Amino acid sequence: MSPEHPTPRAVLEKVLDPEMPVLTIADLGVLRDVREVDGRVEVTITPTYSGCPAMDVIRADIETALHAAGYPDVVVRTALAPAWTTEWITEHGRRALAAAGIAPPQPTTQGGGPVPIALSVPCPQCGSPDTRPQSQFGPTACTALWVCTSCREPFEYVKAF
Amino acid sequence: MTQLATTASVPAYVLRLADDALILAQRLGEWSAHAPELEEDVALTNIALDLLGHARMLLSYAGELLGGRTEDDLAFLRDEREFVNCQLVERPNGDFAATVARQLFFAAYQCELYAALGESADATLAAIADRAVKEVSYHRDHAVQWTLRLGDGTPESHRRMQAGVDGLWPYTSELFESDDLLLALVAAGVAVDPVALRPAWSGFLGPVLAEATLTVPETTWAPSGGRRGLHTEDFGLLLAEMQHLHRSHPGASW
Ligand SMILES: [Zn+2]
Repeated sequence: MSPEHPTPRAVLEKVLDPEMPVLTIADLGVLRDVREVDGRVEVTITPTYSGCPAMDVIRADIETALHAAGYPDVVVRTALAPAWTTEWITEHGRRALAAAGIAPPQPTTQGGGPVPIALSVPCPQCGSPDTRPQSQFGPTACTALWVCTSCREPFEYVKAF
Repeated sequence: MTQLATTASVPAYVLRLADDALILAQRLGEWSAHAPELEEDVALTNIALDLLGHARMLLSYAGELLGGRTEDDLAFLRDEREFVNCQLVERPNGDFAATVARQLFFAAYQCELYAALGESADATLAAIADRAVKEVSYHRDHAVQWTLRLGDGTPESHRRMQAGVDGLWPYTSELFESDDLLLALVAAGVAVDPVALRPAWSGFLGPVLAEATLTVPETTWAPSGGRRGLHTEDFGLLLAEMQHLHRSHPGASW
């Protein structure tokens, strides 16, 4: 395969999440499957939050990127199960979030019970564990607003989900 | 015969779930730019967005089962008597404390409902519920925190929080009513028996209300009828606002 004609997966691994553009959709864990069937590219994605307004944009961005790379026949499917979890955000994605000043999600507990309250979210600016939640509902559906008591900076935290 | 009856009643059940989410999303959206503080503006509209997401998935599924109807057809082209949401979600917002009371009652109900629906024999409903249960538990947390802050706050915040509880409490009984449609679908493993949700719901609310120094009103008034398309007077106005753009400009998009 020549470098001018990357594979569909290679194309899609460069598509960014529109709300947190430091992450690719692969880092975010939204990109579940890419396959070529009889000249058609079939892509499966899983929504993060049910009401995430970015999903329509992601769908359009996937089609645009593949069309531009020479794949005219594209189908994007949405799979609801298994449900997306912040556990699917890659190590690379976590580092990219932290580097952008967004605290990556804490590990979730298994079992689908009540949402665990993270006891401490380290400040992405100064590293202090001395932080507190300001609002569970932040600028985007998947982030909460936290404040660092040490450096006094507010920051976004990707809610464990 | 039973199989046929069950098949026909699944979309009717899905519409109940969808309409509850859709109408509450519409009510919460009314807080946009009107909440008491910026964080609450963001919180209430984020919750509305989650609910709208649930409604869209459920309406799309119902439309598929009904054959060739889209989520937009069902949201914007049904008339008042065709909506089967409970009356609790359509009640006017009132003040912020009343909105908090409704969020507490309804999110606590949805937490139990979606946790149980995750075991549904209907794979699509189970997948939607698995996703939604985590979201509504955030909604419940949010309502609990405000209930405690307002109920056990100043005399004025306590008075308003208690008024919100008193005004909306009677509408909660409809959440736990059963009927023939539900009995058939519960037997088929598709639906959740609402009667069975009540103990866990009460068990959750009791300590929260007690800690917030709030009391449950003693009343036997239990308005009902939403599941049969009977709605309160304010519902027509809500629908008019929600549907007028789509009906004035059919097929419009952006
Ligand atoms: Zn800091």
